[in-house]
Amino acid sequence: MDAIVVEGLEKTYPKGVRALDGASFAVHPGEIFALLGPNGAGKSTTVRILATLTRPDAGSASVAGHDALADPAAVRRAIGYVPQQSGVDIEATGRENLTLQGHVQGMRGGKLRARVDELLAALGLEDAADRVVRTYSGGMRRRLDIGLGLIHEPSVLFLDEPTTGLDPEARARMWEELEQLAAAASLTVLLTTHYLEEADQLADRLAIVSRGRIVVEGTPEELKRRLQGDSVTVELGNGRVEHAESAVRALEGVREATAEANVIRARVENGGRAVPDIITGLEGRGIDVASVTISRPSLDDVYLHFTGRDFQAEDEEGTTP
Amino acid sequence: MTAVVHTWFMLGRQVRNLLRQPIWIFIILIQPLFWLLLYSQLFRRITDLPGFGATSYIEFLTPGIVIMTAFFSALWSGMAMISDLDRGVIERFLATPARRSSLVLSQVARSAITACLQTVIILGLGFLMGARVHAGIVGWLVILLAGALVAACFAGISHGIALLTRREETMIAVSNFLGLPLMFLSSTLIAFALMPGWMQWAARFNPVQWGVIAAREVVETSTDWATVGTHVAYLLAVTAVTSAFATWSFRAYRRTL
Repeated sequence: MDAIVVEGLEKTYPKGVRALDGASFAVHPGEIFALLGPNGAGKSTTVRILATLTRPDAGSASVAGHDALADPAAVRRAIGYVPQQSGVDIEATGRENLTLQGHVQGMRGGKLRARVDELLAALGLEDAADRVVRTYSGGMRRRLDIGLGLIHEPSVLFLDEPTTGLDPEARARMWEELEQLAAAASLTVLLTTHYLEEADQLADRLAIVSRGRIVVEGTPEELKRRLQGDSVTVELGNGRVEHAESAVRALEGVREATAEANVIRARVENGGRAVPDIITGLEGRGIDVASVTISRPSLDDVYLHFTGRDFQAEDEEGTTP
Repeated sequence: MTAVVHTWFMLGRQVRNLLRQPIWIFIILIQPLFWLLLYSQLFRRITDLPGFGATSYIEFLTPGIVIMTAFFSALWSGMAMISDLDRGVIERFLATPARRSSLVLSQVARSAITACLQTVIILGLGFLMGARVHAGIVGWLVILLAGALVAACFAGISHGIALLTRREETMIAVSNFLGLPLMFLSSTLIAFALMPGWMQWAARFNPVQWGVIAAREVVETSTDWATVGTHVAYLLAVTAVTSAFATWSFRAYRRTL
């Protein structure tokens, strides 16, 4: 049985913002599943529905075998929810935060104390355990957030944008820690992210979310494979980018080409064979080529391919609800 | 039962966080002292007014200051809820089996406990300044109860407003709007008999006045226990209503998520 099943979720916020427009997906037990999409795509709304914080207008959702709409109490016992905005009590210590969270999850006494110690150690917070959270760094607070979600050993963990706001170094460390935690606890993890690298790095499977719908679902490798061929990026030495674009597009073995500033991006069947053709084709028209790079398709390309839109542009446009 | 246990845990968190703020402790200890000293000096000659009744102004004032302090602290108590909402603490608990009612009722209980603490300080200081609670130990308990109930009553209103508006600015405006009028529509500082007729009429519906009546009655030499009982009962009833308002507001807030 799947750990999470979502079918036809729809949600419109009071101000008329359509957050979800019929989203459906399933998460298998024990896997890390990423909802990848730009800001405002509906990822957070999906997680908030699954964590029983908000109700959809239509559709159904089940988590760990419980219906999130009919039996939210059972879902709350089975899940850990780590919100996008930290929910720690900054006036309390790390240990106090964890202990109170354990109490409301029905844990008591020595068993709870042992679990708190275990988590503090696993999260590298032993030394800071009895300091108030106000004194913690961003990365430490984030780790404590995750500890709060894990205190009662849930079977499903929701991580809403777990590394947003962390510097690259802290993000890389967080990825490692999340991988270890998920592997050790045979936990099902649903994470949302607008970092393509994050989904690529962490997720066993992922779904691309765009404008309230799931565009495509699969393993990162599967999705990249569906974009056969390579990407070639050509940086031009002099102008006339439109001429260059049409010249490249006309070449054999080139599927699509887009131009932006003085850079042409092309999807080709075989990078090694296409590059000489591209260079001679361009030079033949008097266009200088400054540099050429060949790369395997990235999730950026996947996003562009399946939604027809540029990920970065969409991300900057969207607003986080 | 779970609701009571969860309220206890949440209350523990709030009390602990307050005790960690030295400035808060300093203010709740010092502020009643200021009121008592300032008003007792400012209005010292007020007992000379014909028809005032009481002969010792400090004895008249002490129960009034107890209620006034409880009232003002509670009126602002909703700020704690706004800060919890802003910091995502409430939302974190909403994704757990934490009882919804415990998130609100623990705040109301926290206000009542703060009021009890301040009451003890004011009564102690009043005692040193010459005020005697003539009904004895039972009288002290009645004053504690009246202060706690006035605090709980207005904490309910304050949290209801905090949850409906979820904005500090609105909270400040509403608290300012209610604070002084409700205090002056009571016999906190001046004898009921000296208030204009229309104010006497309006004061009958003011929970602050109910608290002042109950608390002052046990200070006086001949306590009318029926009056004490009736006004404590009024306070219990209105506290139940305002707590219900706060929990209803919490449900309304959750529907906006």
